[in-house]
Amino acid sequence: MQERLQELQDEAVKQVADADTLQELEEVRVRYLGKKGPITEVMKSMGRLSKEERPAVGAKANEVRGRVQELIEEKEQTLREAAVTKQLEEERIDVTLPGRPVSKGAGHPLTSVVETIEDVFTGMGFQVAEGPEVETDYYNFESLNLPKHHPARDMQDTFFVTSDLLLRTQTSPVQTRTMEQHEGKGPVKIICPGKVYRRDEDDATHSHQFMQIEGLVVDEGIRMSDLKGIFEAFVKSYFGEDREIRLRPSFFPFTEPSAELDISCAMCGGSGCRTCKGTGWIEVLGSGMVHPNVLRMGGFDPEKYSGFAFGMGVERFAMLKYGIDDIRHFYTNDTRFLEQFTRV
Amino acid sequence: MLISYQWLKEYIQLDDLTPEEAAEKLTLHGVEVDAVHHKGEDITNLVTGRVVSCAQHPDADKLSLCQVDVGEADPVQIVCGAPNVAEGQDVAVARVGGRLPGGMKIKRAKLRGQVSEGMICSLQELGWEGKVVPKKYSEGIFVFPEPVVPGMDAKPLLGLDDTILELDLTPNRSDCLSMLGTAYEMAAVLDREVKLPDPQIVPSAEETAAYIRVDVQSPAANPYYGALMLRDLQVGESPLWLQTSLMAAGVRPLNNIVDITNYVLLEYGQPLHAFDYDQFGSEKVVVRQAQEGETMTTLDGEERTLNAHHLVITNGTKPTAIAGVMGGSDAEVEDATTNVLLEAAYFDPGVVRYAQRDLGIRSDSSIRFEKGVDPNRTAEAGRRAASLMKQLAGGEILAEPSEHDTLHRQPLELDVSLARINRALGTSLTIEEVSAILKRLQFPAEQTDEDLLAVTVPTRRQDIAIEPDIVEEVARLYGYDNIPVTLPNTPATQGGLSLEQKKKRQVRRFLESCGLHEAVSYSLTTEEKEAPLVPENRLRVPVALPMSEDRSSLRTTLVPHLLDALSHNKNRSRQHVSLFEIGSVFFTEEEEITRQPDERTYAAGAMMGLWEEHAWQGEKKPVDFFVLKGVLEGLAAELQIDAVFEAAERPGLHPGRTAVIKNGGRIIGTAGQLHPDTAAAWSLPETYVFELDLQYLLEQQAEVMKYVPIPRYPAVDRDIALVVDTHVSAADMKQVIEEAGGDLLDSASVFDVYEGEHVEAGKKSVAFTLKYLDRGRTLTEEDVTAVHENILAALNKQTGAVLRG
Repeated sequence: MQERLQELQDEAVKQVADADTLQELEEVRVRYLGKKGPITEVMKSMGRLSKEERPAVGAKANEVRGRVQELIEEKEQTLREAAVTKQLEEERIDVTLPGRPVSKGAGHPLTSVVETIEDVFTGMGFQVAEGPEVETDYYNFESLNLPKHHPARDMQDTFFVTSDLLLRTQTSPVQTRTMEQHEGKGPVKIICPGKVYRRDEDDATHSHQFMQIEGLVVDEGIRMSDLKGIFEAFVKSYFGEDREIRLRPSFFPFTEPSAELDISCAMCGGSGCRTCKGTGWIEVLGSGMVHPNVLRMGGFDPEKYSGFAFGMGVERFAMLKYGIDDIRHFYTNDTRFLEQFTRV
Repeated sequence: MLISYQWLKEYIQLDDLTPEEAAEKLTLHGVEVDAVHHKGEDITNLVTGRVVSCAQHPDADKLSLCQVDVGEADPVQIVCGAPNVAEGQDVAVARVGGRLPGGMKIKRAKLRGQVSEGMICSLQELGWEGKVVPKKYSEGIFVFPEPVVPGMDAKPLLGLDDTILELDLTPNRSDCLSMLGTAYEMAAVLDREVKLPDPQIVPSAEETAAYIRVDVQSPAANPYYGALMLRDLQVGESPLWLQTSLMAAGVRPLNNIVDITNYVLLEYGQPLHAFDYDQFGSEKVVVRQAQEGETMTTLDGEERTLNAHHLVITNGTKPTAIAGVMGGSDAEVEDATTNVLLEAAYFDPGVVRYAQRDLGIRSDSSIRFEKGVDPNRTAEAGRRAASLMKQLAGGEILAEPSEHDTLHRQPLELDVSLARINRALGTSLTIEEVSAILKRLQFPAEQTDEDLLAVTVPTRRQDIAIEPDIVEEVARLYGYDNIPVTLPNTPATQGGLSLEQKKKRQVRRFLESCGLHEAVSYSLTTEEKEAPLVPENRLRVPVALPMSEDRSSLRTTLVPHLLDALSHNKNRSRQHVSLFEIGSVFFTEEEEITRQPDERTYAAGAMMGLWEEHAWQGEKKPVDFFVLKGVLEGLAAELQIDAVFEAAERPGLHPGRTAVIKNGGRIIGTAGQLHPDTAAAWSLPETYVFELDLQYLLEQQAEVMKYVPIPRYPAVDRDIALVVDTHVSAADMKQVIEEAGGDLLDSASVFDVYEGEHVEAGKKSVAFTLKYLDRGRTLTEEDVTAVHENILAALNKQTGAVLRG
């Protein structure tokens, strides 16, 4: 009987080895270990054996059963791994093929510049004020110390709608409007971004429509040294820590003293190149201490209050920042231009 | 203003500075120097030469064969093509091996078989702009007006060793529209002395009044008029120094008399005018307002029609000059002139500015008068010119100029407080430091109190009117760089964006995340461009004097310029483009505009081509109405605004594929496909557009969001497919379902729409998923069935819908 068991084991070992699939292996398992399988048969027929023979045969039967069981489990493990490997191999893809595009539009570079500058100034306690693009002569000129026939009006050739209405030539009218809202009480700390219009022929450096950002700070005890402090913080935050600033005398009818702000040229680091016309400096904005007439017209007492104002061209900032050489690109809306700002 | 460095040195010592150093100082402390030009820096080997003989080239009609003495033993042969070359002339010769502007190198050459060793130069070839070259030399070579020794370096003689500072003057600094003004400025910046000219006149015994008298009938417009009389002058070419001085300043030399008036204009900033006395035709200068419709021909040959606001210089009968702007052609000084009437006058800035604008003339004279010239130098400038005329053109100056004089010459006095200066600048200057700066400016100042200075403002500085102007003078000479850096001591302010500004950014980000690029286009457009897309008779806001027809009025819609942009891109082979823009549109209700228009912020978009594409997987999803609607529904959700789409017809849009978008019954926008005709007008393929009244959307306050508990009991889904007439809208069916569904119906959504085979013609099948939910208990089959039957019955009754068999 023990020989019979050994035979069975040998057969089973061979069949396990020959099983190529999990199904075949299962058949082998049922065949040898099932309730009607030969090993069970042997176990059942043990009753017929003598008392002396029984333990040895029983032990052998258990050993064979255990052995076959073990082999089947090992084989099953092997076959399962092979199946997974096969499946994974079949599922292999070319990961270098292009992915499904998720379309993402780009913000316009002018808007990006405006938003960045807004963020810098709101971080310094400024609010963002807005005003109409069709303005009255009073807000655009007179309240800014530019009475009718003032020669400096020529600096800003104007699109008039009527003798009293015009397309604003600057964002400065928002200064007066905001000061009026404050009813003579400081502090006022605003920046005003927006579109402005001038009668210029469109070319690489001129546009009849462009964007400005105006800034205004009015309170008791505001000094020109404060203007330098705010500019330094702004320039370092927007253009980078390593940029230097300098102020130069200038003229605007609504400020006195007036100053032009230059920053050290990023291209050459200040040694002089084509971008800065050899000067090492790049002009970025006009500024000054608010003229007493402008304070008065905005409802503030110039004996008590003082302030500074500044204005910058958004296109110029964008051109400097991204190295754009033609202002018309901003208004053509060519997607080959716009798409480049997706990353910004 | 172009400033000759050599000329400037006549008034101020500058030998220890390079022009670049001077320019930098001036820029940082005074007026901006835009550029520094070194005249003749690229010219080498240019010498004086004398044409000893000049013969016809044997083989070329237009060439001459010249033997030119260049200071060596033998003359050199030069082939010259200029029509004005002649024997005996003194000329400028570029020798072999020399260079001319533009990198031209002079080589020994053969021209039609004849050797040419050098080049006789024109002024243009030497780098002078054609517009400043005297007419006499503009078509040929330059000829020295006075004899010169051959073989000398010709550059200094021709002003080609000079440096020009190009000033970029702001409108307030008209005082620097003169050599003297610039010298004062430079002197203040460098803390140096100014040397002034001191014109001396030795008059003849004869009195001016015997020839000319002055009658000013508009003294407010012309408070000073001085008439000087010069007799027996010799009009001719100016000496070279005078010509090169003018050319350096950008003025073309004409003849000695006119050149002197221009020279003094440049030197003093005081415009002068010389009349040919004999042509003037009267013994009286009458200054008066022009008559309405009066005409005269100005020096530039234009006939001008005047009105009563114009001030004219007349001989008592007819105008001979428009005061301060331009002379007439009748009494011009020409070669035959012998007697000159020289005008030195002060005209009111406003009057000149009016004439300048009205007539469209900006002359060297008018741009100075319109800003106000120095009243204390008007008469002196006249004397300066007269003495130069006598010196250069001979003749005599008559005694006692005829004058009208009601001119105010008193300088302004300002009280300036030291404390206010320091408060404005954030500095701690002392009274001594401020006084020293005022001294550099040559502003007389006297300390009247511990803190107070009484400052006298010289009349040459018409721009200074109030104390802050003095503060600026002090600040710039002290140096803006020396002002400390501080931050405002204001109480902490709440910075940041308003809610609407934040939402506007949110809209941008959302549309960008949907794949639309942001566009910015022009606000000015035309009625024609908008016509296909806006209701007829919409009132517009035009600009009064448009620069061009296509920018003549303000936009009332953002869509047309977006279509222009799509078209632009399509023409550059960009087929799949989606753009949006946020900007102002302008409406009015007035036929004749008197008030500011209604300016509203709109958002618009335009989309064409593929919305999604994954090429190698073969997937292509073109933009359609529902892509557009999905974006807008997403946007409404982002802003927490209800948006209901209703079928509508709108100009320029597809009548069956257009919806208006409503919020609480108010139309807030439009979305749809472009009508094929509109698309064709822009050469576009199938294109979808939207436009929203963004301002209204931004103004809506979203309700504060309240949390709804997550349901604890399961929902039951039932799908139904209904057959209805094709004209019944999904929205109508949904409304019926929601009304009939009551509280137990949680939601109803379309999951399939079908027309065609197996559905009767004129009908469609619409399938909904209905979700039933009771938040308080588990629903039973009976609960759901009761409501479900109810819904089906209502649908059948109100829309004719039947369950699809």
